[in-house]
Amino acid sequence: MELQRVVITGMGAITPIGNNVDEYWAALLKGVSGVGPITHFNPEKFDTRFACEVKNLNITDFIPKKSLQRMDPCAQFAMVSTMEALQDSGLDLEQVNKERVGVIIGSGIGGFTSMMDSAIAFVESNRVPRFSPYLLIKVLGDVISGHISLKYGFEGPNYITSAACASAANAIGDAFHLLQLGKADVIITGGTEASVNETAIGGFNAMHALSTRNDDYVHASRPFDRDRDGFVMGEGAATLILERLDHALARGARIYGELCGIGMTADTHHITAPAPDGHSASASMRLAMQDGGVRPEEVDYINMHGTSTPQGDLAECIAIQNTFGDHASRLLLNSTKSMTGHLLGAGPAIESVAILKSIQHNTVHPTINIEHLDERIPQDWNFCADGPVQHPINTVLSNSFGFGGHNVTLLYKRYRG
Amino acid sequence: MSEILEKVQTIIADKLSVNPADVTPEKSFSDDLGADSLDTAELVLDFENAFGIKMPQEEMENIITVGDAINAIEKLVAEK
Repeated sequence: MELQRVVITGMGAITPIGNNVDEYWAALLKGVSGVGPITHFNPEKFDTRFACEVKNLNITDFIPKKSLQRMDPCAQFAMVSTMEALQDSGLDLEQVNKERVGVIIGSGIGGFTSMMDSAIAFVESNRVPRFSPYLLIKVLGDVISGHISLKYGFEGPNYITSAACASAANAIGDAFHLLQLGKADVIITGGTEASVNETAIGGFNAMHALSTRNDDYVHASRPFDRDRDGFVMGEGAATLILERLDHALARGARIYGELCGIGMTADTHHITAPAPDGHSASASMRLAMQDGGVRPEEVDYINMHGTSTPQGDLAECIAIQNTFGDHASRLLLNSTKSMTGHLLGAGPAIESVAILKSIQHNTVHPTINIEHLDERIPQDWNFCADGPVQHPINTVLSNSFGFGGHNVTLLYKRYRG
Repeated sequence: MSEILEKVQTIIADKLSVNPADVTPEKSFSDDLGADSLDTAELVLDFENAFGIKMPQEEMENIITVGDAINAIEKLVAEK
């Protein structure tokens, strides 16, 4: 059976540095940091008191108040980015065969904040069980895709994927495979996360995973810098409209790029720490390239996982060295997370948007806050530390790795007929 | 008991995003005000909190209209 080609025809994003794709891309090129003091709760007693929150979002401009009561912020973000992506795609919602449109979204934790708030209220009310009937539809992650299908009437495959910080990459990968197999015409995919809350910050602090650079938080997310001390929590969502090429061509859709391959592996090393030799991350990149029929020398740019943790960044660099050899120093490399912070399961989605904009504009956004490149990383590698880099961008890898040992690499290419 | 009516109207209007003036006793929660079973259950919780009452399950099942809710609340408030 011949596999169908899959293209991206619409994008939406809501991020700590911009509440739509245009704002987000402009901020990425300018090197804007999304970090600030935590406002979602009082962080006074926490080791980390800053995060990359979504700003200036008037959610009722997008979602009616009545519906909001049933949606955790993670579902709200996904709805907002999906509304933008669908509009951007030009898909005619009257004409499209809704039985052939699916929704697959990734989320690392789902309705974490709703769960926590409800547990707190339960304890504070002397453990009298007076739970809201809306509670579980806010907590369960699967309603993220459920709300979207309900709003638009999309009757195709509908679920969420969860693989920690690789969640959205798995969602995009599943959408890719289903479209390749001809099981759907269009799949709304991407990721969302809204976990700037006490439990997440406290929990990640306990693991020493977060930066604690409270006195200089503007420079806290500093992937590949020798003085990095952990990631910065982010929140937001991005949606991609994935479409079978023939379907996109038939309706004359604008095509941002083609998704050509995916690699997925497991580290089998430690539940949180990456394998120091990066062998599974390396395998993930290799498999993605094999899947898309691309040789390592053809890759122009890697949007790295690059979270700014001491171990993770180094292991990823070792994996790239081992995968690309001499070509590594010719690659453009960057970390979107240097500006957006780490959106956990939504990271691969907003990073895919950055990649597709890079292909569209032949420009790669900078990695900010690299003052002294870690001396264990080859010093001639190009992390775009001095600003955006203009270069023909045709073939790109997106790396995403998650606690639990999940590695996912997506391969995007410029669309050529 | 117009105090109860007013309070109930406000709670319902807020929860269901409808105009308080439209919340009249003869209105059906599901047919006229767009509430589904989750909304109705949530409203009962709100009434219980607002009036310091506990609504028995069988009482809840008989609530179809705003008037039914007001009657049930009045009864439970009087029994307090």
